[in-house]
Amino acid sequence: MLPFLTRRIAGMTIVLTVMSFVVFILIGLMPGDPIDIMIASNPDLTPADGERLKRLHGLDLPLWERYANWLGGLVSGDFGFSRAYNRPVLDILLPRLGNTVMLLGLSSLAAIAIAIPLGVIAATRPQSPVDSAINLFCFAGISVPPFWLALVFIMFFAVTLGWLPAGGMGAPDIGLFGRLEFLVLPVATLTIASLAGYTRFARAAMIEVLRQDYIRTARAKGLGPGRTVFGHGLRNAMLPLTTIIALDFGSLFSGALITETMFGYLGMGKLIYDSILGNDFNLALVGLLLATLVVLIGNFLADMAYAVLDPRISFRALEAA
Amino acid sequence: MSAVEPIIDIVRPEPSLFWQRLRRNRAAIASAAILVAVTALALLAPFFEALLGIDAVRVDLFNQYATPDFTHWLGTDEAGRDVFVRLLYGGRISLLVGLVAAIGAAVIGTSIGLFAGYHGGRLDTLLMRTTDGVISLPLLPLLIVLAAIDLSKVGVPDSIVNSEMASLYRIVFIIAIVGWTTVARLVRAATLSVRTREFVRAAEAMGSGSTTIMLRHILPNVVSPIIVATTLSIGSVILLESVLSFLGLGIQPPVPSWGNMLTNAQELVTRAPALAVWPGAVIFVTVMAFNFLGDGLQDALDPRSMRR
Repeated sequence: MLPFLTRRIAGMTIVLTVMSFVVFILIGLMPGDPIDIMIASNPDLTPADGERLKRLHGLDLPLWERYANWLGGLVSGDFGFSRAYNRPVLDILLPRLGNTVMLLGLSSLAAIAIAIPLGVIAATRPQSPVDSAINLFCFAGISVPPFWLALVFIMFFAVTLGWLPAGGMGAPDIGLFGRLEFLVLPVATLTIASLAGYTRFARAAMIEVLRQDYIRTARAKGLGPGRTVFGHGLRNAMLPLTTIIALDFGSLFSGALITETMFGYLGMGKLIYDSILGNDFNLALVGLLLATLVVLIGNFLADMAYAVLDPRISFRALEAA
Repeated sequence: MSAVEPIIDIVRPEPSLFWQRLRRNRAAIASAAILVAVTALALLAPFFEALLGIDAVRVDLFNQYATPDFTHWLGTDEAGRDVFVRLLYGGRISLLVGLVAAIGAAVIGTSIGLFAGYHGGRLDTLLMRTTDGVISLPLLPLLIVLAAIDLSKVGVPDSIVNSEMASLYRIVFIIAIVGWTTVARLVRAATLSVRTREFVRAAEAMGSGSTTIMLRHILPNVVSPIIVATTLSIGSVILLESVLSFLGLGIQPPVPSWGNMLTNAQELVTRAPALAVWPGAVIFVTVMAFNFLGDGLQDALDPRSMRR
């Protein structure tokens, strides 16, 4: 187990380092630099002051040195200040991280909980009207623009019916239960986006498994259809599904960015979007890296689930893979 | 079936068989018809503009939020512009971006897949690890950064940066450089199976160079997965373009695209819900048609993948 963990952590560190370098360069290429913005917002500063400020903040150094300085700060726990909020970036990011993890967690749980039964129903009745209906639903779910789905939900459930709030998070003291109504539409939007893909994979995996000899054996020895499908079939079909879910965490986060922006949900996706548009470079940079870390941890957890679900695979086998 | 198939070329079925299989797939045929209709309408945008006597770019503040009538078939938007004709012009942009970016991504993905699959070894491992890495990343925030980059800082000439079509070139480029992963994986898998075949061995024995073998002997045999993946990715590219344009980072107004037509729709949901409905519905139907068509092509090109 331990070498497996070490290898995974080493891999994650490499991805994060490469990402940090790429993102650092990209953010440096955005319009306007921090000093220009400072000068523009303060009429007392002369261009000469600008040059001095640049030297003070080390912005006159070559790219490599600036990156090394920034990375050095990161490693020693200095994540920098947000320009827009005038506070350390972690103070702003961490509460948002909690909100996003809640949104991601609830949506993936809901998507998995709905996709598996749908996939099993479709796979046990191939080419039936039910299968076709589920297939149509999947194609619709894959094809619908997520921001438009959010818009339609807002129009229908918030404006026309008035059942749910159109967005926001409610007052801070509202408590977990009070926040539920603010979570329904964002979670539903994000769930539908991933649900369709998961259902297709669940169906394909189930069909593949149900053709195996051990399913015929189970039926032949007198096991009922229900226990065959769930006990012998689903348990095995879960394995490829877990891999797909692991690979999907990145696009789940992309979906969260859209959902949060649409519903004014104070999560990390919206924060990253706002900070990129608002030239808040430090916040955008650390936010993007934190998002990558969240996705990598999601992948990692799915891999762990794989080992738990498949008794044939020990952590030792994962090391060899 | 399996007794005959290995002798014929499995990867490239007989054209007539292909058409027979495709014709039997009603969803794919209906989708192809929808796509032909949408494309034709988009191409005919200037014709409709002239026919209805409308100027699609003219702002008319005395005619905001007009309800549908014989001139404005779908009414007008918050600037008094005709929604129907703007949808057609938007369709030109969205379809063009979808097609060009998907083909660009397919070219990149095919090159990487061929290289990795044919050469194998450490290069293969490196390329495929990179592919897996890119697939698992949160791509939308990265695309937003790429879309926000100041093009003059990367040395793009001013004549392009300031042109009206700059946002179009940019979006095609950034979607192509992140969208190649699916094609790369599929082409690599197909290349791995083709490269052990006799004709590849024969070409190697005759001393053909690796580029010749990849392009002349392997590429024609991995066309099916490329076609399928490209068709499917046109749909996802259109979705991505619409998201970025909606967020204000894709196609820039006044050039209409299906995505940027929805940018103002959120504030207007109570006042003019129809403005939010039409562009989204058109994206939805078009993307779904590309997905059904891609699925149908897959079944027709590769009978083993048929829905059982």
